[in-house]
Amino acid sequence: MLTPLIPEIGHFALIIALLMAALQAVVPLAGAATRRPLWMAYARPMAAGQFLFLIVAYACLTASYLLDDFSVATVANNSNSLLPWYYKASAVWGNHEGSVLLWSLILGAWTFAVSRFSRELPRDMLARVLGVMGLVSAGFLAFVLITSNPFARLLPNPPADGADLNPLLQDVGLIIHPPMLYMGYVGFSVVFAFAIAALLGGRLDAAWTRWARPWTNVAWAFLSVGIALGSWWAYYELGWGGWWFWDPVENASLLPWLAGTALIHSLAVTEKRGAFKSWTVLLAISTFSLSLMGTFLVRSGVLTSVHAFANDPSRGLFILVLLGITVGASLLLFALRAPRVSHRVGFTWLSRDALLLVNNILLVIMTVTVLLGTVYPLLLDALNLGKISVGPPYFNALFVPLTVILCVFMGLGPLAHWKRTAGGSLLRRVWLAGAAALGIGLLAPLVYGGEWNLKVTLGLVAALWVVLPLVRDLWEKSRDSKGRRLAGLRRLSLAHWGMVLGHLGLAVTIVGVTVVSNYAVERNVRMAVGDSVEVAGYTFTMTELGSRRGPNYVADAARIQVRRGDDARGFVMTPEKRLYIARGMPMTDVALRPGLFRDLYVAMGEDLGDGSWALRLQYKPFVRWLWLGALLMAVGGILAVIDRRYRRAATAPDPERVPREVAA
Amino acid sequence: MRAKRKQRLLVILGLVALAAVAVGLTLYALRSNINLFFSPVQIAEGQAPLERQIRAGGMVKEGSVARDPDSLDVAFTVTDYVEDLEVRYSGILPDLFREGQGVVVVGRLQPDGWLRADQVLAKHDENYMPPEVAQALEDAGYSPEDYQDKATDVAKRLEAED
Repeated sequence: MLTPLIPEIGHFALIIALLMAALQAVVPLAGAATRRPLWMAYARPMAAGQFLFLIVAYACLTASYLLDDFSVATVANNSNSLLPWYYKASAVWGNHEGSVLLWSLILGAWTFAVSRFSRELPRDMLARVLGVMGLVSAGFLAFVLITSNPFARLLPNPPADGADLNPLLQDVGLIIHPPMLYMGYVGFSVVFAFAIAALLGGRLDAAWTRWARPWTNVAWAFLSVGIALGSWWAYYELGWGGWWFWDPVENASLLPWLAGTALIHSLAVTEKRGAFKSWTVLLAISTFSLSLMGTFLVRSGVLTSVHAFANDPSRGLFILVLLGITVGASLLLFALRAPRVSHRVGFTWLSRDALLLVNNILLVIMTVTVLLGTVYPLLLDALNLGKISVGPPYFNALFVPLTVILCVFMGLGPLAHWKRTAGGSLLRRVWLAGAAALGIGLLAPLVYGGEWNLKVTLGLVAALWVVLPLVRDLWEKSRDSKGRRLAGLRRLSLAHWGMVLGHLGLAVTIVGVTVVSNYAVERNVRMAVGDSVEVAGYTFTMTELGSRRGPNYVADAARIQVRRGDDARGFVMTPEKRLYIARGMPMTDVALRPGLFRDLYVAMGEDLGDGSWALRLQYKPFVRWLWLGALLMAVGGILAVIDRRYRRAATAPDPERVPREVAA
Repeated sequence: MRAKRKQRLLVILGLVALAAVAVGLTLYALRSNINLFFSPVQIAEGQAPLERQIRAGGMVKEGSVARDPDSLDVAFTVTDYVEDLEVRYSGILPDLFREGQGVVVVGRLQPDGWLRADQVLAKHDENYMPPEVAQALEDAGYSPEDYQDKATDVAKRLEAED
């Protein structure tokens, strides 16, 4: 009875959410400007209301997918009655309209969370923060409703069945990758809102950074996981075994991550030392702007890829205008307000402050180089100066050396003291770690690969140099005042463990990248039943070639018997080449044999006629470490948030901190 | 005061050095890694450089795909329905590679006029002709009807045969 009305209810809820977002933006901001408590008090109920109606809208859209309501255009274009229910539910965000609705829903969730967990914020600060988030939300909801309404209907003649979800997206990776990524992207709106609120209120003391830090860490952790999932998905779903292509869409997610990494470090300096205040504000603005730019690049149809759902130019224009307003207005505000609040805090050039400054500069340089390589071809194209593409060698040539330099400073940073470190004591504490890193780095390629390799040495030394000084530092700290081992570790704050895990994660990722880039073996071969090929000590034998029917596809399938050396048992791998019927789209289903130290990867290429197939056989050592490292980083980010320091909240100012700031 | 000034000087020198390294690396990397796009017409006119990585694109000509029976070598012709370009490649062609469909190849042009491809990219697009090629043809003074109709005809015929 009510079923045909579900999309209408969703549409209506979305409109109410937009109105509430507008109220949440305008009234509290005006109230904070004119000091009217009643107006400021609008922020929290509106945030809750907006979130509620976004949930209703989102639930209605999901219900339309689950109930196969093909009178809704997005459902008809992206779902099919044969899809399993979990793909129906995730198909909601497998298209442009649904994904921007998810974006808005997540923004609503972050806003609601801020309004819940920031009770100790001064009233006007909270009003401004929620007001700024309301502005962003109103902009996005207007975008959804005006250019990409997910509830648009195909009435009165709905199609009998849907066009099906793109087979590339029918995968568990798709179920979790976009929400994670969006949690990250949108999460940076919180620190952005805090920075803008601080600028508006003219209160750029270090207080706002203390409130904003946990939110930023969480957003950064989600983004790390989101990027890692995207890489993992590309690895096993695209069928060529690559894990990072420097594709503009990947870069679009890497950019806010790099800026966000700089931001979480800069926030630490501002909170602890009161330094870099303007810089932190600028980074907060840049990080969120890059998130918006990522959304623009991915959603505007400027780029062609699996991600570019939209091809309606008005959408791209709308996001571009939204991006322009956000960036322009915040930078203008920054230019007007920031100089007023700057003040100097002294530190010497061998101190944690200084090392973190170097870290920030390097990360910003990395961000700029990636941005340049990503946007340059688009700019040239937009100006009609020719069509070029910037290939992976550009990014590798810049990104790899910069990462190594970054690692050099990362090894020293955590051991240095704030404000001033004696060079001698620092040297005394790191020389052993440095020597060990160098020794292992020089020897490992000989042992593992049989011959010396400069790139491997460089990568391993960088990774070990990040980790070993931390280990030594933990060893030192593990002794408590009475000299008992390990007792001291319990006293270390969770924030410290978060830092350790974050750095360890990066080192693990670097090891993964180094080993898989230098020791992966990839062979494209022609195989018929009975043929054997040896790759990296494994013998691959095709024992069978046949065809198979799946629920919504037909497939050519091979059975490959794999044996290592003289091991008689071995195991079987079954790659497939599928043809999805509804769209007539071919897909490679990779056979993977994962392991912590190596993956075996078999993908069917193409039918060469005469009963033989082109096959990709790959040996990928340490490839799992890439994603494992990203997970460790994310866990580190979360651990730092759970730290008691933040839960104790800012009700009473930390007695240790205040005098130091005054003194500064 | 002097110490402070010295410190500031060091900061500035450090920043300048870092920026110089970054700019230098960027320019070097960009110079050697920009791939320009050429259509078969432009290549036939001799606009494309030899032995330097370029991108080229067009439609895969009907009946032009020839596989070597013993290896993964393959040769095919890329056409914009004005000029043809022979492409040789060794490896696995992408899933969406088909005769009569748009394709973009990355590789080096050889002195005798064929292209040694390192990478073959096939994209599914509403238009049969890759947009870069359509643009290049228009710039060269061919009206879109000249080739777009042909492309559509071929594509429809091939689809009907399937």
